[in-house]
Amino acid sequence: MLLVPCPYCGPRPEVEFRCGGEAHIARPADPDALDDAAWAEYLFARTSPKGVHAERWLHAHGCGRWFNALRNTVSDAFITTYEMGEPRPDITGGR
Amino acid sequence: MPEPVAIHARRAPILAPSASSAVRVLPAADRFVLQMKAPRGAVLPSAAGGFDLSGPLNSVRGRPERFAARLGPGEWLLVCPEGEGTATEPAIASDLAGRFFSLVAVGHRNAAFLLSGPHAADILNAGIALDLSDTAFPPGSATRTLLGKTEVVLVRVGEAFRLECWRSFAPYVHAFLQDAAREFA
Repeated sequence: MLLVPCPYCGPRPEVEFRCGGEAHIARPADPDALDDAAWAEYLFARTSPKGVHAERWLHAHGCGRWFNALRNTVSDAFITTYEMGEPRPDITGGR
Repeated sequence: MPEPVAIHARRAPILAPSASSAVRVLPAADRFVLQMKAPRGAVLPSAAGGFDLSGPLNSVRGRPERFAARLGPGEWLLVCPEGEGTATEPAIASDLAGRFFSLVAVGHRNAAFLLSGPHAADILNAGIALDLSDTAFPPGSATRTLLGKTEVVLVRVGEAFRLECWRSFAPYVHAFLQDAAREFA
């Protein structure tokens, strides 16, 4: 079983978590000013990289907290976790 | 101080309390979920209504029949014997006066089991993916986790494990644990 390192609880089994998709996608400040293509870009376009990916995770069946994590989508290894609202750590490679 | 709401209407327990065995059904209890956030720089209170709230995340403070389990950075499950909640609820509220908090009575929502004996952790590990050994989950630990398909709260006050689950999940959890316990009978 994959262990997810919750920044509050430590390493915990994957079944306790929900993945919330890509992190750092800011909602446009004024959606009315966007055309359909720009709105669709915000809603649906994701980077989906092969390698390090910034994701939101929820420890749903644990402490109930959201946090951000950098995960390598090739090896499934978690590189680091950080709090919601913090900028993405400057890590582009690793495991 | 407003009159406490009638939270103590009695309801038949979902499972009859059982005598001592590896998996015991515990009698009804009064329970509260306390949620409270500290503003940046402020500290959370260390006690309220006779409960010790000072423990770190995933720890429990108190006695087996009356304890406060810290399940999140700002979330506690408070358990006390049935009937004590009437006096406890206003006591907590007055101790926390002036703060923003939410206190919800969930005594009827949960059912509780007690697992004791040398194979208590083995029985639980039939459905819980956590390391429950004395080094990883010593007495004084508490956490929310999954047992099989259900969300449970696992509390270790003393040597034994106390398991809290939602009322409607209790027959499933009880059958699951009894089935697992047959291996060690």
